[in-house]
Amino acid sequence: MSDHQGEFDKATGKTTTGHSWDGIKELNTPLPRWWVMTFYLTIIWSIGYWVVYPSWPLAQGYATGVMGYSSRADVAVDLANLEKIRGGKLAALGATPLADIQKDPALLALARARGRVVFGDNCAPCHGTGAAGAKGFPNLNDDDWLWGGSLEQIVKTIQFGARSGHAETREGAMLAFGRDGILKKPEIETVANYVRSLSGLSTAKGYDASAGQKLFADNCASCHGDAGKGNPDMGAPNLTDNIWLYGSDEATIVETITNGRNGVMPAWIGRLDPATIKALTIYVHSLGGGQ
Amino acid sequence: MTKQTDSVKWMTIGEGGLTVILAAAVFLSIIAAAKAEDTAYAFHVTLAGFASLASIFVILNRYFERGALPPQEIDGRPNYNFGPIKFAAVASVFWGIAGFTVGLLIAMQLAWPDLNFNLPWTSFGRLRPLHTSAVVFAFGGNVLIATSFFVVQKTCRTRLAGDLAPWFVVLGYNFFIVIAGTGYLLGVTQSKEYAEPEWYADLWLTIVWVTYLLVFLMTLVKRKEPHIFVANWFYLAFIITIAVLHLGNNPALPVSIFGSKSYVAWSGVQDAMFQWWYGHNAVGFFLTAGFLAIMYYFIPKRAERPVYSYRLSIVHFWAIIFLYIWAGPHHLHYSALPDWTQTLGMTFSIMLWMPSWGGMINGLMTLSGAWDKLRTDPVLRMLVVSVAFYGMATFEGPLMSIKVVNSLSHYTDWTIGHVHSGALGWVGFVSFGALYCLVPWLWNRKGLYSLKLVEWHFWIATLGIVLYISAMWVSGILQGLMWRAYTSLGFLEYSFIESVEAMHPFYIIRAAGGGLFLIGALIMAWNLWMTVRVGEAEEGVLSSPGAKLQPAE
Repeated sequence: MSDHQGEFDKATGKTTTGHSWDGIKELNTPLPRWWVMTFYLTIIWSIGYWVVYPSWPLAQGYATGVMGYSSRADVAVDLANLEKIRGGKLAALGATPLADIQKDPALLALARARGRVVFGDNCAPCHGTGAAGAKGFPNLNDDDWLWGGSLEQIVKTIQFGARSGHAETREGAMLAFGRDGILKKPEIETVANYVRSLSGLSTAKGYDASAGQKLFADNCASCHGDAGKGNPDMGAPNLTDNIWLYGSDEATIVETITNGRNGVMPAWIGRLDPATIKALTIYVHSLGGGQ
Repeated sequence: MTKQTDSVKWMTIGEGGLTVILAAAVFLSIIAAAKAEDTAYAFHVTLAGFASLASIFVILNRYFERGALPPQEIDGRPNYNFGPIKFAAVASVFWGIAGFTVGLLIAMQLAWPDLNFNLPWTSFGRLRPLHTSAVVFAFGGNVLIATSFFVVQKTCRTRLAGDLAPWFVVLGYNFFIVIAGTGYLLGVTQSKEYAEPEWYADLWLTIVWVTYLLVFLMTLVKRKEPHIFVANWFYLAFIITIAVLHLGNNPALPVSIFGSKSYVAWSGVQDAMFQWWYGHNAVGFFLTAGFLAIMYYFIPKRAERPVYSYRLSIVHFWAIIFLYIWAGPHHLHYSALPDWTQTLGMTFSIMLWMPSWGGMINGLMTLSGAWDKLRTDPVLRMLVVSVAFYGMATFEGPLMSIKVVNSLSHYTDWTIGHVHSGALGWVGFVSFGALYCLVPWLWNRKGLYSLKLVEWHFWIATLGIVLYISAMWVSGILQGLMWRAYTSLGFLEYSFIESVEAMHPFYIIRAAGGGLFLIGALIMAWNLWMTVRVGEAEEGVLSSPGAKLQPAE
């Protein structure tokens, strides 16, 4: 068989080109019409698009297109629209004192809507999307507050954080009573059982309640209070409500007393604008336990 | 030709020259290891030293063992060079399974982050490039090298050019993969997606790739056929363009020649543009042109039918080559890239739709007159389904490049779904189909160990792909819609973390799909292994196993 002499292919009714490579031949099929037409259409459409929108670079600058489109201008329009929808209410939020926001139903709804999303983007990684907290990260739905649950207390915590390093941060330390040699291991176990008893939990066999009470009064009461009710000024938790940040079993409490606990919350002032912090405060306050 | 003149045996220039160069490399490796400024670099130059030493040993050993060099022809038939192809075929299966496994692990990490194990080496950030490089460059690259060396020999009816060069390409390429992969695990990266390997790995790849180009070109030059087969156009386009892309994207200044860290020459939006010019055309010329070459040989061969349209193959080839190279900016829509560049990237992507589909038409329509074979031959079915996935992905690509669509799809799992319909469906399946053809041919077997196992592979992997891509479509569109949803008060409806929570079930489904795909690949590995080990030998074929020799034209 000589080159360029096709043979007839029965199955398709076409001839081959006459080439053959390792037994592979090629049919002399013309280009499918719909394929060519669609290809041309996409080219025509593209040329049209180039006329309308910024396209080819020129010696100086580029072809800007007949619509004068630019994505920068587009963004400006989008942002302006958003501002219109928000209707300057965010500025009103910033200007209104926290207590007054609660009295204005429209502002309150705005603050909650804003606060919910801000909470998700900034607070949820530690406190959870539902604000239910996790080990070491407080649940914000209950009415147990480390640093206080009033609007003023919440806004201060959000602004300056806890042990955040900010000059005005909330400060307070749970000492490492075991590690620093203030209490011995049996004493820690005794006082741990006493702490459990404050929330009505069972105590170990042979536990000496009066010794526990004395140890508590000598070492813990200065922060947690004589009755163990806690002190929001120092971030000392209430130990009588059976709500536990790190766990209620004896081993965990022993660990807490031995090595101390000093959870950190960052300061949000400067990272979130004042109106947003207000919205967040209202939102957290409204979660269930606001005082 | 057959007269033996073994009175004096000379070392070839290749043997002698390479031995000298490798000896110098051993020496330099020792110096570099001693002066190394970081452990990863020290580890890599040590590897290079041992690899050079081993290569010297192998070259000298071969020289003392061999008689004359292997002849170009035996009894008038081409003496095909299958050794390097066999190595690349085995390597592709190995790297494929490694890459799929790492992919499954990182898919599960996204669903269950504890699987990062809190170790730097197993963290998502290091394993993700390990996965992409292993599947694209290690698995896909070895398939491309194996098939291109096979196809170019068979369709040119001549032995592969070069004596040591083909082995240098295959071993050198796999050494690059080892350096790249271990580098990722040790934290060595230049942080350019799909171009993560650092400067010394890039330099090494350049040497290997130029050799690859020379071997391929010289084989074409000494061909015994008057014309160059379409698959070879695609292979050549793939090899040349990858060289250009690699050189364009990777110029970098090392902090020290004895350390792994370097800084890329490009900066800012130019760097982004170079990166996606490279990134998109790695898809275009590595994962499309290269694998279209596989399609153009293996589908007509397996179906025993002529290629549907010679004219279409020419037109869509040149259209793809011309248009693809412009499409990169569609990865940078709504970014700092100038609007006019975005427009060009988008419109060229749209114009690319039909040229891409030209390959699909030629692949599918080649089955004309042989559609019945799809029922009985699962290998052919795998090849044809791969073309269907190719068609789907090359429609979806232009669609996603349209700016309004992209504003929804960009940064979402839709992109991941799109990539994997192409990667698992097209590249994966066409590679599996080619390997199922190639292994019996290379090892001189009558056929595969078990077609039944190919059926299992086909259905398990297909189910896996469907689970994977539909999960990613749903989660991607869900993600995009959640990110842009506003409340009536003008605030975002959802926080980012809520969209992350919403992804969780889809990540589990995706991991399940990936798991099925991996199981399919393991079945293939077993099947191919058994084909080589216990398969029945093809009779009466000497130098050209598998394919029946056509009479010379």
